[in-house]
Amino acid sequence: MKAYLSFFRMRLVNGLQYRTAALAGVITQFFWGFMEIQLYRAFYADHAAAFPMQFSHLVSYIWLRQAFLALLNTWTYENELFDMILNGNVAYELCRPASLYGMWFSRTAALRLSRAALRFWPILLVAALLPEPFRMHLAATPLTFVWFILSMALTVCVTVAFTLIVYFSCFYTVSSDGIRAILMPVTDFLCGGLIPLPFMPEGLARALQYSPFGAMLNAPLRIYSGDIAGRAMAETMLLQVFWLGVLCAIGYWMQKRGMKRLCIQGG
Amino acid sequence: MIQVEHLCKTYRVTRRDGGLLQAVKALGRREIHEVKALDDVSFSIADGEIVGYIGPNGAGKSSTIKILSGILTPDSGVCLVNGRVPWKERKRHVAEIGVVFGQRTQLWWDVPVIDSFDLLKEIYRIEPVRYRRNVEELTELLDLSELLRTPTRLLSLGQRMRCEIAASLLHDPKVLFLDEPTIGLDAVSKLAVRSFIRERNAAHGTTVLLTTHDMQDIEALAGRILLIGHGKILMDGSFDDVRAVNPESRSLDELAASLYQRYGV
Repeated sequence: MKAYLSFFRMRLVNGLQYRTAALAGVITQFFWGFMEIQLYRAFYADHAAAFPMQFSHLVSYIWLRQAFLALLNTWTYENELFDMILNGNVAYELCRPASLYGMWFSRTAALRLSRAALRFWPILLVAALLPEPFRMHLAATPLTFVWFILSMALTVCVTVAFTLIVYFSCFYTVSSDGIRAILMPVTDFLCGGLIPLPFMPEGLARALQYSPFGAMLNAPLRIYSGDIAGRAMAETMLLQVFWLGVLCAIGYWMQKRGMKRLCIQGG
Repeated sequence: MIQVEHLCKTYRVTRRDGGLLQAVKALGRREIHEVKALDDVSFSIADGEIVGYIGPNGAGKSSTIKILSGILTPDSGVCLVNGRVPWKERKRHVAEIGVVFGQRTQLWWDVPVIDSFDLLKEIYRIEPVRYRRNVEELTELLDLSELLRTPTRLLSLGQRMRCEIAASLLHDPKVLFLDEPTIGLDAVSKLAVRSFIRERNAAHGTTVLLTTHDMQDIEALAGRILLIGHGKILMDGSFDDVRAVNPESRSLDELAASLYQRYGV
């Protein structure tokens, strides 16, 4: 376990170097969020009751998503790992007395955390100081906040487990570019990254709620404002645990099977 | 102790003629050829030996190293390194071996070398006292003191290779596999690497299996030479046996060429 923590620390330290990228990210994400709220406000002004989420809940959802984008999105990959598989440096990874799955899991999680650590607080700070109705509110109750943190941790793990499946698909195809190009917009839409799940047609929203995509950023962002509470919250978090197990199992199996048929060419 | 018996490994290679028409045809049906990288390879290496593993490009050298280090699973055959089957007990096996792939890197690109070493310390669970001692020893022998605090991306190839070799020895492996460790190095770096390997072998009794195209490496290091070609072991002997193939050759490269010619590879 300590080995994986060191991996985590190494990646974290490595990721904290990139300050300019972080500043650019903060600015983009802030303005994106601001414009998105403007857009919804125009819709809500017409007929607020017709929408499935309270406006203040929606505002929190958008600010949290923008602040923690690097942590929660489905498309942050450790590009070096793809390169390693393609150019054969993965050979060294396989010479380590540690599980490839564990090493890559901690590494990807740390990458996300290091990016988010530099970006989340300026966005939240400004969002908390904005005038109504753009202001970001506190969590519904202190206890809700605790559940939010827990659910967010689960989301990071579910999302990383999903990312690992994409890495290991590279063992089977020559290039991952195609898969990634399709996955990025599709998964972003399905997990509620573009519009929150409640805004989708009812059948689709319900199906996604129970899918692995509903176990991603959808869960903590709606728990925070109290949009999901009580029994529904317990159910959502159990689903997160369930999907975490399933995605890890699939990824682990793909890695095991992939390693057997792996050829590292050249040399 | 390394024992290899009747090892076979076949790769599937797709082939087609050049041109657009052929490319379109290949969409439907591909011509698949089987290439035997290893064809019934057997040898054994005793503890403390330095063995040079030579042969032309594509002969099967790297495949052997990859199987011995647990990365590649062979089609058939037996292979035991310190009593373990590498690809079956991968984790416990790799904890006792060190590997250097001359054409690849194991150091983290953007951080100082010592950070990569510290990570390896955790991965291999090296005790702090032993780790400190090993880093000191390697630093002295490979002249790393300046390099450890430099990010990998700023090192020259020769400097990086010295760090790579140190990185694979931090956990005191009993067996060291070196896959073309001197590739691309200048004369000074080559000499430094060679003398280090010799000293390491003498001081720690580390078993070394070394692949290279540089016959000077072989002359300087290897007490025993294995020649592989077309996936078969063709010769197992000393440097004198190699020399005897063509005593008149004026350079070591010429000697290697006559050796390959003699065995038709």
